Amino acid sequence: MKTNSKNKASQHVSQNPLSRRGLEEASISIQNINKSYGPVQALQNISLEINRGELFGLIGPDGAGKSTLMRILMTLLFQDSGTATMNGLDVVKDYKKIRKIVGYMPGRFSLYQDLTVEENLNFFATVFNTSITENYDLIKDIYIQIEPFKSRLAGKLSGGMKQKLALSCALIHKPEILVLDEPTTGVDAVSRKEFWEMLKKLQEKGITILVSTPYMDEAMLCTRVALMQKGKVLDVNTPQKLVENYDRKLYAIRSDDMHRLIQDLRSWEKTDTAYAFGQFLHVTGKADETEACEFENYLLKKEHRELQVFDIPPTIEDVFMNMMNE
Amino acid sequence: MEKVITVKNLVKKFGSFVANDHLNFDVYQGEIFGFLGANGAGKTTAMKILCGLSSPTSGEVKVGGFDIYTETEKVKRNIGYMSQKFSLYEDLTVAENIRFFSGIYGISPAERRQKQDKLLKDLGLERSKDALIGSLPLGWKQKLAFSVAIFHDPKIVFLDEPTGGVDPITRRKFWDLIYEAADRGITVFVTTHYMDEAEYCNRVSIMNTGKIEALDTPENLKKQYGAKNMDEVFLKIARNVE
Repeated sequence: MKTNSKNKASQHVSQNPLSRRGLEEASISIQNINKSYGPVQALQNISLEINRGELFGLIGPDGAGKSTLMRILMTLLFQDSGTATMNGLDVVKDYKKIRKIVGYMPGRFSLYQDLTVEENLNFFATVFNTSITENYDLIKDIYIQIEPFKSRLAGKLSGGMKQKLALSCALIHKPEILVLDEPTTGVDAVSRKEFWEMLKKLQEKGITILVSTPYMDEAMLCTRVALMQKGKVLDVNTPQKLVENYDRKLYAIRSDDMHRLIQDLRSWEKTDTAYAFGQFLHVTGKADETEACEFENYLLKKEHRELQVFDIPPTIEDVFMNMMNE
Repeated sequence: MEKVITVKNLVKKFGSFVANDHLNFDVYQGEIFGFLGANGAGKTTAMKILCGLSSPTSGEVKVGGFDIYTETEKVKRNIGYMSQKFSLYEDLTVAENIRFFSGIYGISPAERRQKQDKLLKDLGLERSKDALIGSLPLGWKQKLAFSVAIFHDPKIVFLDEPTGGVDPITRRKFWDLIYEAADRGITVFVTTHYMDEAEYCNRVSIMNTGKIEALDTPENLKKQYGAKNMDEVFLKIARNVE
């Protein structure tokens, strides 16, 4: 059985024209990486293995260390200690080779604002010794959306269009690994959905994708995620497993006065946490011993009207917040 | 209830491009007003006008009871502003930031000292008075930034994506501050890309291609669009127009 599945896996990989080297090992391998800026420990002993063809998410707020880790992988920053390889290539020794096989979209818009859309794309193609036509297939779905504006200056594009151009430029040399630093920060809910649909399509083409985001809901769209905070990895798993592993009793509660509701719950000795989640509060009891009916009775005594209390499955955000509190 | 913002037929054009196309809305005192829209919908343009930083092409706009064309300086004195991108100076200390913003808003040194002591005590920051902003944890920084934005007791505070990139717990704590300010009668005008936060507003307007497509309580918007949450409402509005 074991050999069989291994054969299958390697067959699958070798069919992928994008993977040429080291078929067996992980696409991105990170071992015991440390990085400090003066007294600030930006990364503390980070180890991660990201498989070929994964759409892997680094999920965490500002200051978690996501960008620092990405810059080290992109050979733009030296780690203090530890090692990392990209498709078998060492990030320090083989930096020149790595730069040929990776595509990178930094957090800040980093294209030439005073070149047009088409000029930017041509520039990046030329730098990588290729042409737009040679790899047009890969970017077609994305570029087609901005092509009507190809003679517009990049600096004059809207946020969503800038993002599509930046992605096209990052893909123009047909990279084996794509690294995207918070591509959806400050982007509206509709454009965010569209962007993730594009990423799924790229993943299906066999590109390994490492993407960071502060939006917890986007974690559900990744094959696996690392939850990060303050330079540490809190957990690595599939988003489904992360949610399954949440072992607390979680209740959704609402009433006609949400502001008073949250205050009443927080001041009660049997409440552990009470956080707003859209139209409901997500609430846990001390040691998970508080039952739904107890919450209900307490809140009825406090004269809350239109009260609803029920069990609710956790979201990734509940999982993350629980880990932050531990 | 007192109207603190009135907007009638607001139009703003850049050349032939219409960024704000006949906007009409009122905002009431003590209200938390969510100002949503897709990128490029015209939110920033409208916000700049409301803050007195840009003039409309046509239309009538009053903020805090003052006319946006003729009383711009009075408008500016009566509003507060905070965004994720810009709030406090990282390389100034806590006290220096308070002094700087007090100076800008014309608060006398005596009044500043008295209010500053109370503020630092309320925030539990007494011992960090001389710490650089850059050295503070994000949660503290945010609390302080918000407190500084309302230090001069404005009628209205404008919050431009105040919670972008912030961890989920800090983000929720920030909304506690918003509620407290609203309880004190300060009107909160807020933009966000987090659709769960749209649920926390008293009323929400959703802009698309320069127009306000919808404006109501989250409850009514969900009913009107047959949606189970604000995320769905937003998607329906933004996708329909395209």
